[in-house]
Amino acid sequence: MKITAKQGSKLNWSEFMITRLIVASGYSAILFVGLIFFFLLREGLPALWQVPLNSLLSSRWYPTEGHFAILPLLEGSIIVTLGAAFIAIPFGLGTAIFIAEVAPRWTREALKPLVEMLAGLPSVVLGFLGMMILAPFFRRFFDLPTGLTAFTGSLLLGGIAIPTIVSIAEDALDAVPRSYREAALAMGATQWQTIWKVTLPAARSGVLTAIMLGIGRTIGETMTVKMVTGNAPVLFKGLSSWFSPVRTMTATIAAEMGEVAKGSVHYEVLFLIGIILFLISMIVNVTASTMVFRQGKRSERILS
Amino acid sequence: MKIASSISRRLAQRLGFSILTLMALLTVAPIIAVIAYIVYQGAPAISWGFLTGFPSDGMRAGGILPAIVGTFYLTLGTAIFSVPLGIGAAIYLSEYAADNRWTRLIRLAIINLAGIPSVVYGLFGLGLFVLFLKFGISILAGSLTLSIMTLPVIISTSEEALRAVPQSFRVVSISLGATRWQTIQRIVLPQALSGILTGVILGLERAAGETAPILFTVAAFFLPRLPNSPFDATMALPYHLFVISTQVPGMPIKIQYGTALVLLIFVLSMNLIATYIRSRARARRQW
Repeated sequence: MKITAKQGSKLNWSEFMITRLIVASGYSAILFVGLIFFFLLREGLPALWQVPLNSLLSSRWYPTEGHFAILPLLEGSIIVTLGAAFIAIPFGLGTAIFIAEVAPRWTREALKPLVEMLAGLPSVVLGFLGMMILAPFFRRFFDLPTGLTAFTGSLLLGGIAIPTIVSIAEDALDAVPRSYREAALAMGATQWQTIWKVTLPAARSGVLTAIMLGIGRTIGETMTVKMVTGNAPVLFKGLSSWFSPVRTMTATIAAEMGEVAKGSVHYEVLFLIGIILFLISMIVNVTASTMVFRQGKRSERILS
Repeated sequence: MKIASSISRRLAQRLGFSILTLMALLTVAPIIAVIAYIVYQGAPAISWGFLTGFPSDGMRAGGILPAIVGTFYLTLGTAIFSVPLGIGAAIYLSEYAADNRWTRLIRLAIINLAGIPSVVYGLFGLGLFVLFLKFGISILAGSLTLSIMTLPVIISTSEEALRAVPQSFRVVSISLGATRWQTIQRIVLPQALSGILTGVILGLERAAGETAPILFTVAAFFLPRLPNSPFDATMALPYHLFVISTQVPGMPIKIQYGTALVLLIFVLSMNLIATYIRSRARARRQW
């Protein structure tokens, strides 16, 4: 079968078009990040001219009276995220090590889809259960005026961070060459010593990436925290703040954006909070990805 | 002395492994408990009338049909935009892109997209689609917002699936005179199809369960009719669950759990299908 010149040029032309389309979709990711940042800036930056800086830096968030202090919201986000980290890091890493190094094959095959299922649970469902079960339980257990506290939020957010931590950390542990483990075992180390002294250090940067991305997810989590943390924008006052209501940046946007007039100062300040969230997630993700990158470089050096 | 240290080492190992097992158990058990509890509490609410009826009595009675249909439309709309774009981007990264600064920038952008908080996507959708492009609070605006959020999941899983196809397949195809696109279309894509499908479903699953991005772009508190154009607002399951569990006083528990269960079934069945496709593809793989 000979391809005539005409068929050939038609082939070339459609090939050319398809290739352009594929290249364009490849670059679309850059376009979207740019668009997102541009529209956040466009709607949010005017707030900096409208609201005096000392109002943004004061301690009261009371938008209807013109008090736009972002600090209590930032603190709320940090408190809840720290608490979530305390839960998600040990349990996430423990599960990842168990799946990658300890569990027999069938347990591993059963655990991985279950953890993925946790990742698939909609955050609104977790928030709903938190309201219905956890919050009333904590109210009685700790004898609090309300169970909707930073602590309840931390616990649920821990559950949201765990799947991310488990899957990335497990990948990192899996990627450690088998020969490392065999060498350690051959020198008389137990499996436990091998995990702690060889496998984990070798997978260190991947594990760190897992932790960072997991924590990054919790800072941005919205519906769960909005539903279970009680929505009170207050400043941090010692450890007891953990057991009282707080208000995070994400929850504030979700709660108030529906009610503000477009173009009002309140609207712009909510976009300003969006800019802060965008920048936090960007810093976390870029740092995490350059860490993986460096690890890749190092392993290339060792292997070559 | 040596024996003693060997015994203590073994003890340490046994203790350590027990702790790890316990941690894994404590991580996984709540997941099963949560799902079982929702099924247990929600199953009595599920009936034909609940699935096909409209809410009545301020949503305290009746069914949730508009929310189910809304979530279905949103998932479909998200698929229309994000699947071709996501697979296209994955093909570019795996088959065309050179390892240069631009490609690294694309990867960085994808990582960034994956990390942006869902509520920030909501703000962006409000700013660009609802207000600037004047789509209004609509299925179109919501689907586009969800599409961009879903994109990184689809791109990274599809790229992984494409890269898993052995290089020799491509070499053979090209050496037989096929063009690059013919090779991709007839050789690489079919081999990577199940992996791509898994990624697509996992991405859409996330879109179907999200609430924050649709808060200001699609979601209607209550609508007594089904949407009949992409420019209509709609109710959606996750948002409906949020509304009836926080904003409607005196809401019957049964309907709340019933709604949670329907949402869970919608999302987890996608999850199960994805897991099934992946495991079947792994078992069948010949290379």
